[in-house]
Amino acid sequence: MIFKLSYQQLFSQWKSGDLRVMLFALVLAVTSITAVNFFINRIAQHLNAQGGMLLGGDLVVISDQAIPADYTQLAKQFDLQSTSTLEFPSMVIKGERNQLAEIKAVQNGFPLRGDFNVQMSSRQPASNIRATPGKGEVWLEPRLASVLNVSINDTVEVGAANFKVAGILVRESSRGGDMFSFAPRLMMHSDDIAKTELIQFGSRVKYQFLVAGRADNIAGFSDAITPKLRRGERIQDVKSARPEIKSALDKAETFLGLSAMASVVLSIVAMLLASAPFVARSTNTAALMRCFGASKAVIQKILLLQTAILALIGGVLGCVIGYILQYGLAYIAGQLFVETLPTPNLMPVLIGMSLSFAILFSIMWPHIQALKNVSIMRILRRDEAEAPVKLWLKYTPIVLVSMLLIAVVAKTWQLAFAFLAGILGICLVAGLLAYGLAKLLNRFSQQLKSQYAIRFGLSNLNRRLGLSIAQMIGFSLGAMVLMLLMMIKTDLLDAWRGSMPIDAPNRFVINIQPNQVAPIKQFIDEIKVNRPQVFPMIRGRLVAKNNQAINPDLFEDERAKRLVSREFNLSSAATMQADNRLLQGRWWQADEARQPFVSIEQDIAKTLNIQLNDKLTYDIAGSRIVLTVMSIRKVEWDSMRANFFAVTPLETLKDYPASYMTAFYLPQNQALAMNQLVQKFPNFTVIDTASIMNQVRDIMNKLTLAVSFVFMFCLVAGLIVLYAALIATREARLQESALLRVLGASRRQVTIALLTEFAGIGLVAASVAIAMAIALSAYLSIFVLDIPYRLNASLALAVFGLTAPLIPLAAWSVIRRYLNVPPKQLLNSI
Amino acid sequence: MLLSEENFQAIDGDLTTRSHAILATDLCKSVGEAPNQIDILTNLQLQVALGESVAIVGSSGSGKSTLLGLLAGLDNPTSGNVAVQGRSFSDLDEDARAAIRGKHMGFVFQSFQLLPTMTALENVMLPMQLSNQADAKKTAIATLEKVGLGSRLSHYPKQLSGGEQQRVAIARAFAPQPTILFADEPTGNLDLATGERIIDLLFSLNQAAGKTLILVTHDVKLAQRCQRTLTLNNGQLSEAGQLGSV
Repeated sequence: MIFKLSYQQLFSQWKSGDLRVMLFALVLAVTSITAVNFFINRIAQHLNAQGGMLLGGDLVVISDQAIPADYTQLAKQFDLQSTSTLEFPSMVIKGERNQLAEIKAVQNGFPLRGDFNVQMSSRQPASNIRATPGKGEVWLEPRLASVLNVSINDTVEVGAANFKVAGILVRESSRGGDMFSFAPRLMMHSDDIAKTELIQFGSRVKYQFLVAGRADNIAGFSDAITPKLRRGERIQDVKSARPEIKSALDKAETFLGLSAMASVVLSIVAMLLASAPFVARSTNTAALMRCFGASKAVIQKILLLQTAILALIGGVLGCVIGYILQYGLAYIAGQLFVETLPTPNLMPVLIGMSLSFAILFSIMWPHIQALKNVSIMRILRRDEAEAPVKLWLKYTPIVLVSMLLIAVVAKTWQLAFAFLAGILGICLVAGLLAYGLAKLLNRFSQQLKSQYAIRFGLSNLNRRLGLSIAQMIGFSLGAMVLMLLMMIKTDLLDAWRGSMPIDAPNRFVINIQPNQVAPIKQFIDEIKVNRPQVFPMIRGRLVAKNNQAINPDLFEDERAKRLVSREFNLSSAATMQADNRLLQGRWWQADEARQPFVSIEQDIAKTLNIQLNDKLTYDIAGSRIVLTVMSIRKVEWDSMRANFFAVTPLETLKDYPASYMTAFYLPQNQALAMNQLVQKFPNFTVIDTASIMNQVRDIMNKLTLAVSFVFMFCLVAGLIVLYAALIATREARLQESALLRVLGASRRQVTIALLTEFAGIGLVAASVAIAMAIALSAYLSIFVLDIPYRLNASLALAVFGLTAPLIPLAAWSVIRRYLNVPPKQLLNSI
Repeated sequence: MLLSEENFQAIDGDLTTRSHAILATDLCKSVGEAPNQIDILTNLQLQVALGESVAIVGSSGSGKSTLLGLLAGLDNPTSGNVAVQGRSFSDLDEDARAAIRGKHMGFVFQSFQLLPTMTALENVMLPMQLSNQADAKKTAIATLEKVGLGSRLSHYPKQLSGGEQQRVAIARAFAPQPTILFADEPTGNLDLATGERIIDLLFSLNQAAGKTLILVTHDVKLAQRCQRTLTLNNGQLSEAGQLGSV
């Protein structure tokens, strides 16, 4: 009986139109969050897979011992593909020539992500393949082939075995984690390792165990293997391997998370505004049923059941539409991304359904509870539109649900906190501003003796103070999140574009001797490339901090252990590099060029627990020097420029043995110049980062696209939400305008009054939103996304110019077609 | 201001000089499309003299309120014409009709139709302000005092009883000193005693002001207080004498 009653009442509410607005807003809420989440989910999976190409897998366990068999078993348990590689340095010999190479032995199936670009025949160009060298065969990097003067099908000697050169390895995308290895690559099949007899007890070998699969399985594997790791073993994923990719992926994830939160906030705002007519009608029906003898318990059950039915319908519809929409988005994105996006998982459905139930119940519950104490007569006599609910009780559940949703979607507490603070701040500021402005405009309106329509519109702000403030807050919130996304998106894209300009260095030359600094500068001038900075490099090991000896056992962190057990590259400079930023302390003055100072990069300072003014003892070629930490620096690793963890004043390390390095941009059409350089200075090691940079740039471009797509979707969702919110107050407006026309107002007067009132709301909403968006975007840029912030006044003005008139125009579009309906028909229909 | 435009001044001039307050000729109103079309009014004729009070009675659904809406220019007839003091509504657009309503017509509805966001005083001032009438506030206060609500000026509709709300509506109808007053079931939402007090008030104000009154009701006793009673039946009006059928 209760189900039947619930269904019948819902059906009649649907026919009356109240439910349509409510359901529309609910479906929209679920649609926007599921579509954005489905899309983000797929984009995130795609981007991680893209990043995985730089490693050859999604996750790598790196070890200095052979990989135990149970790691493979564990990977199988998590339904992951796996493979192993091992790397070690060795001489490669061809007749009289020999060269130290980085040997990499790979199993079938490598790489799990990405591919190789290999020239398999001297008559054919290189092509992308996903295979490994056959047994008895090797692939050589071009510079190794050049030094050894070998061609395809020649034979080279590695250890005790001879191998046929089956290909020239032009690009190894999976070398992304190890871009700066100095020796050129030779790749062979792992089954051939034994016959080289190179791996003996005590050999320095780097073993890698790679896995690939679904993101959640990777995460599960990572959690499961971490406690099993032995000493000298560590896990690496694309984020830990490539700081610039980590930085870009993190920022993109943060932005996409922000977009998802924006859709949550927009949806909740719409639901709150659109629920009023439904709540009023439900309350009225409940009051009638009380008159007919229904108990409070029965009414509560009916209302709860109705809420559940609605939540289910809204949730299912929203999820289905969201899924279809994201397919559209993914299709468009897929066209540009070239690759097919991975299938989305079911998490967005779960989020969408939970959102539907959470929002609807948190809105309805206070009203259902309030019905217990309501005076039936007051409802029936229309003294109250709905059961009186205490303000705090009415909004506490929805605020709590919003907070929970934001915390779930935000991923970082910092972001959730910023967003929540922003929302609470904007509510408070918008409320106060709206109150002040409504009063001010009301006073101003009294001066308008002859313009009654304007006066009427302005004083309506004051007459409906509560509603005006609620609408201003609602519109401000909506506009703020959109503006915030727009501002951050612009800053983020600018930062990405700026971080890796087209002429970012793509050749690093190391091992330059002091007497070769002038000749290389001359050489670079000759090939007409902008003369780059040449940095000294002094190898030193950190042996003590504040006179306390340092050894790996003092640290638990694997990275810290590795850092203190190897030599650092120290460099010297008179001025700080442009892409560095001082976080603590100061840079040295010109007259301090010989002082024993050092500036430390912030990550390494944190890992090794180095503080400002600490005294660090370095062992440089057997001599010890104590350097005082004068500053902690932040380095923009995104820039791909040469940077150093530790830098001293220019002449502090002048008397220590140093080599030099430089980095510069070499255009593609001058690539052959590097061969001349190597021939002229055989001791130089030239590292070509062009292909890896292209990969990184490609990922950045895709991130840019993803960010733009999701932003566009949020923008559309925001506009629809604005429309839904206006639809919700349409009836009240129509009744008022019909009555005004009965009493003699022209359509022009009604339009002016409506536009004036909403212009007031739009003006306040846009002002508050833009002020808050500027403040929040500054906070998010500096403290969360870590991108430089600059006030984009023209964007702010443009957004203001678009938003402020948007609200009155949208309101007008909702009511416009009713202005030509005779007032009698309008009064009858309401 | 639309109301000060030349054509409305011309209308204004016409309206004050004609002897017929309202003249409806061949008035038809149908709703729906054939074959489901319902004819509410068919070739209805009506003349109301200036200062006359006319009651239109009829059973529920007979089309009384529809007729009132057409006479006041609140709705468009399917065919036929309504002329207010010699000025045909069919020549005027909606805004021109609104201007005439604002200056020459007052309305009292069954459901009061007060703006909930306005105080009693603001509700009464509203039609005068819309037509830029001078001393709107002074006139509104005086009228509210006349209807016995001098102490309720700043009250909102929801703070007033049903009878008080209808008195505000009556004050709003009379304050601009209209030529014609339309009342649509003015006691329909009130108890008997309150209804009688409201009707006394309505008629005493009307008598004092000498306005034309067109009252729609199904209450025979109430109708008898008007100078003339017309019955609406099958889309046609007929003179009193057939009241027993209401």
